[in-house]
Amino acid sequence: MTVIILPGNITAAGISPDRWLDDYGDSLYRYALRKLGKTTDAEDMVQETLVAALQSRASYKGHASEKTWLTGILKHKIMNFIRIQVREKTVDDIGVLSDAAMENDAVSMFDTRGSWIYPPTDWGDPDKILHNHQFIDSFERCLKHLKPALAEVFSLKEIMGVSNQEICKKLDITMTNCSVMLYRARMGLRSCLETKWSDINNKEM
Amino acid sequence: MRSCKQISFLVSESQDRKLSFREWLSVKVHLQMCKACEQMARQIKLLRVTSTKYMSSEDHKSNRPKDHLSKEASDRIRKRLFCVSEKDKNK
Repeated sequence: MTVIILPGNITAAGISPDRWLDDYGDSLYRYALRKLGKTTDAEDMVQETLVAALQSRASYKGHASEKTWLTGILKHKIMNFIRIQVREKTVDDIGVLSDAAMENDAVSMFDTRGSWIYPPTDWGDPDKILHNHQFIDSFERCLKHLKPALAEVFSLKEIMGVSNQEICKKLDITMTNCSVMLYRARMGLRSCLETKWSDINNKEM
Repeated sequence: MRSCKQISFLVSESQDRKLSFREWLSVKVHLQMCKACEQMARQIKLLRVTSTKYMSSEDHKSNRPKDHLSKEASDRIRKRLFCVSEKDKNK
């Protein structure tokens, strides 16, 4: 392996950017890949993380282990990456949670007494569904149909595994808003999949 | 007695926090009597599993290694780090 010795490699705190790549590159990569699912994206995230770490190494106090510190940076990079990706999909959404919007999408599945207008149906054996690429494709399409603000919250939660508290802080919304947005995202996805999946199922039968 | 709409919100909540005993009980009792909500609860749970599955299936065509950085990627990152630290020095 070629080792390029970085000038000014070892700082007073004993931080060595070149060694980060050797010591933590692979584990950071695996972490990013688990979250993003795409090798090229994961590679980019590792690079951005190490560059950011290099630029802010003065702020590393050595309280946390290097690995923890770097993983923390990586986590932020991935969160921003997901946010930007979701944002880019559509720009026409204002993402404001109004009562009118609430009544519009997810909640219009219920009548005035709060009962189902179109009762959810059985999608079949979960193990089988998960191995059906048509179901995964439908899921992807439904996620894209979701309003960007909702898709963002859903992705942060279910893909990044970010806690509701962290999402609130990141997006500067209240806990209630966060719960309601997750609810709308889930119900929106559910009802979209219900339509798409039953179409596919009916064709196959 | 809570409505299906209220129950669906609690089911969504249960994915993110531990429900209070009263909430949990009202969901449990409701789901036993209401087939539609029982299906909804299954579907909501399936969404979480599907998200994980979806992310790992996106890249199945790539021939890059999954457990470590490829040689090309590490070399590229190393070069980039070198450039950044040079720039830093010249500041």
